Amino acid sequence: MAVLLVAEHSNDALQPATLHAASAALKMGGDLHVLVVGKGCDGAAAAAAKVAGVTKVLVADADIMAGSLPENVAPLLVRLAPGYSHLVAPATTFGKNVMPRAAALLDAQQISDIISVESPDTFIRPIYAGNALATVQSSDAVKVVTVRTTTFPLAPAEGGSAAIEKVAAGEAAANVRFAGLESSRNERPELTSARIVISGGRGMQAGDNFKMLEKVADILGAAVGASRAAVDAGFVPNDYQVGQTGKVVAPELYIAVGISGAIQHLAGMKDSKVIVAINKDEEAPIFQVADYGLVADLFKAVPELAEELQRQNVSAR
Amino acid sequence: MKVLVAVKRVIDYNVKVRVKADGSGVDLANVKMSMNPFDEIAVEQAIRLKEAGVATEIVAVSLGIEQCQETLRTALAMGADRAIHVHHDGELEPLVVAKLLKAIIATEQPGLVIVGKQAIDDDCNQTGQMLAGLLGWPQGTFVSRLKLENGKALATREVDGGLENVELTLPAILTVDLRLNEPRYASLPNIMKARKKPIEKRTPAELGVDPTPRLKTLKVSEPPKRLAGVKVDSVAALVTKLKQEAGVI
Repeated sequence: MAVLLVAEHSNDALQPATLHAASAALKMGGDLHVLVVGKGCDGAAAAAAKVAGVTKVLVADADIMAGSLPENVAPLLVRLAPGYSHLVAPATTFGKNVMPRAAALLDAQQISDIISVESPDTFIRPIYAGNALATVQSSDAVKVVTVRTTTFPLAPAEGGSAAIEKVAAGEAAANVRFAGLESSRNERPELTSARIVISGGRGMQAGDNFKMLEKVADILGAAVGASRAAVDAGFVPNDYQVGQTGKVVAPELYIAVGISGAIQHLAGMKDSKVIVAINKDEEAPIFQVADYGLVADLFKAVPELAEELQRQNVSAR
Repeated sequence: MKVLVAVKRVIDYNVKVRVKADGSGVDLANVKMSMNPFDEIAVEQAIRLKEAGVATEIVAVSLGIEQCQETLRTALAMGADRAIHVHHDGELEPLVVAKLLKAIIATEQPGLVIVGKQAIDDDCNQTGQMLAGLLGWPQGTFVSRLKLENGKALATREVDGGLENVELTLPAILTVDLRLNEPRYASLPNIMKARKKPIEKRTPAELGVDPTPRLKTLKVSEPPKRLAGVKVDSVAALVTKLKQEAGVI
């Protein structure tokens, strides 16, 4: 039996999340097939065929797949499922939207957001925003799994030469219409996929002061986040929020500025590889999880950080 | 139009979660429990639809142990009209919850179902999508903006790359994200009034659903502890460390 990975892509190329999920899928045993759905997604299918370890690519390229609506993608997955031991997708908003719908139609209890493949039927997944790890075993005939991309390496994008096969897209659901994307309001990377995140807390004192963080973010190619306290104080919109009730991030570098380190914030960022805390209160709990702590007034330290990064010729990778 | 909301009783988001020493789960004894924050947003949205004259009745549903009734009382105090409690003492996985909700929906016939996008205990993010699949209804997940008109829900979804719009023909399922609204606090008079609102009790057996979990939890463990690192004495030292020692910039 083979594993079917549902690709997230931008029509011309695969999203990195797909390559992270491919690493996890390769650990589940069997051949790895990739399903590419979309409209005008030949480029992504060609890219999928080159990924090391992929033995077959299925493409459903059709008008009805524009926007990859779960109402149209899930029935396709259900039709393909009998040939597979696992259906896998990255735990991005795409995978989270599509996979549970398919799982329910297959009468399978999905395993969300796995961080480890222990065996083909046993996985580790975070619960309580990562404050506990559950090892779970599935007895479903087809295992439906989404993968936390930050914990698996990128599969090599080159090295494979899989055959590409067309599959029928099926009928469009009549009760839903894709009405377009509004892209992000800024040029910065998205919080949950950024390599570096710089976040501000209540200590920022005002929304305007986030400009200091944006300056550092632009130098590093980082995303800008915030604690719940900063959001509740109205400094920044809710979609900046990192924490248990906001976004869970695990970048390579997380810089917490003026954030005390409430439990609910730590839950959203403590899996970051390297954590830096800048806070004037040396007793702040954030220092208990920080790899590098700087006890300083952020209004001095942050502009200085921007200057120092430029002086040491640091730029976005 | 009737709106159905599902609310889950979870550990309060401010409580520090402790893993039981025997690895069987998380310690829930004497821990403050609250309504799942995303479900509060679902309830709030339903109330706003009623205030706007779009919804006529709000039915809140909770599934699980006896104390779920407290969570339902909260929903009733916020403004739900009546409640249904599906009583079950064991664990309920999202697939089972979706099947139970489907059975309730078969008799309640709501025009819209609103749930939180995720519960902050198991973090599954599945129930709404599963329910939509089982019913064959369209789904709007992670909704941060909503407009109802001409029998359609225009939902703006928070996706990784920005915002996505979908147009759903009712009946439909919505799972809601943080930015949709700011849930209200129940006022004291409304809390008192909520005590008199009806809570109907059901069981999985009555609804014809087998609640047996599909996943076996072999172990629940603490994540690896982070050790506190070092304090640096200047911004220059910090940048040097990040470059040379950590290698992340």
